[in-house]
Amino acid sequence: MSKLKQELKEKIIEQLNLEDVSIEEIGDDDALFGDGLGLDSIDALELIVMLDKDYGIKLSDPKEGRKIFESIEVMANYIAANRTK
Amino acid sequence: MKKVYIRGVGSISSQKTLDNKEFLDEITGYNDTVISVVNPVYKDYIPPAAARRMAKGVKMGVVASKVALEDAGLENVDAIITGTGMGCVVDSEKFVSAIIDNNEEFLTPTSFIQSTHNTVGGQIALGLGCKGYNFTYVHASNSFESAMLDAKMQLEFDEASSILIGGVDELGAHTVKIHRLIDHIKPVEVSPANLLDSGTKGAVFSEGANFFVLGNAKKENTYAELVAVETFNDLPEENLLEAVKKFLIDNNVLIEDIDVLIQGNNGDVVYDRYYNSLSQGIFSKTQQIYYKHLCGEFNTASSFGVWLGAKILKTQQVPDIVALNDVKTSKLETILLYNQYRGENHSFTLLRKC
Repeated sequence: MSKLKQELKEKIIEQLNLEDVSIEEIGDDDALFGDGLGLDSIDALELIVMLDKDYGIKLSDPKEGRKIFESIEVMANYIAANRTK
Repeated sequence: MKKVYIRGVGSISSQKTLDNKEFLDEITGYNDTVISVVNPVYKDYIPPAAARRMAKGVKMGVVASKVALEDAGLENVDAIITGTGMGCVVDSEKFVSAIIDNNEEFLTPTSFIQSTHNTVGGQIALGLGCKGYNFTYVHASNSFESAMLDAKMQLEFDEASSILIGGVDELGAHTVKIHRLIDHIKPVEVSPANLLDSGTKGAVFSEGANFFVLGNAKKENTYAELVAVETFNDLPEENLLEAVKKFLIDNNVLIEDIDVLIQGNNGDVVYDRYYNSLSQGIFSKTQQIYYKHLCGEFNTASSFGVWLGAKILKTQQVPDIVALNDVKTSKLETILLYNQYRGENHSFTLLRKC
């Protein structure tokens, strides 16, 4: 699981162009949106595509993303339980 | 009709042009066929959260526009009008590549949103909170002139009192590759000093952003009056002389009144003949200068020419590096600019000292 969390942090930094953020700065339980990492609705769309492309998880209801993208911990648990690739 | 003035400038180019206190004091040399801009520290001008989705062209436009506004002593304008020949090619390439690489699946929104031609104008407006007229002209090497003409007409008829205009284009790796394949880029490296003597087809490709604050009130720090702009999609070489004569007559200017002719020579042996017909013809006794050996060629490179003309009129100095002939004028009051790219999209611009 820790490998997956590390992988998610790397992907988020790279794909969302978070040039000033390092992997160490993202805590497993930190909020990704709002006051935490400060991601926004466009980032949410990027993450939905990433789930589909990299882990074979299709989110049919974007509202699901609110819960799934709460933190790295929550994301990793969801991916581990639902991934098809 | 009101007169139109250049009141502030901001330039990001292959030279160190962003600091308005300097004027080509130090030349950045090269020996290449494609050259990039001298990048400012973008973080000094754009918050990281806003900059993270911006490709280079957007950042260049935002920074150049901020510098132009500061130079004019303004915090906002009535309108923003941008010219770009290729738009945001980096994100366009990214988006199209993603379509191909992923078999038309998994398309992400960021590069698509940022790939449109009006992204630069939109991001400038968002940063300023400017809800006024916002328009982007995409018209090859007449893109910047189209923006300038639109602003000029609005200011003349007092529909606005200050307008931010600019020309911006960025280099994209795939676009450069395509232009190299079709011989639009020089086959061998050249340096600024031998660009016009290269004897080869094509140009040194580049990028840049040159922004200006235009206004219809003359202020203390005004650079120049923008007297006239005229564009031509097609202008056969045999009609060029008549066209420039008519342009001058229409603006009550004699050939002898032109103190300096600024031309867009890019060293292409096929198309520089248009410039040569003016420099070796009716303007042979006029002081001539050129600039694409400094900034390279891109669809809105002529905006660098306007920057150069405005700086010359304000500082009353002509840097030696831009001399095209040995003629030295006794006064620097009226400047004519002529530009074209590959024999198409010609433009004349007339600037006058305030």
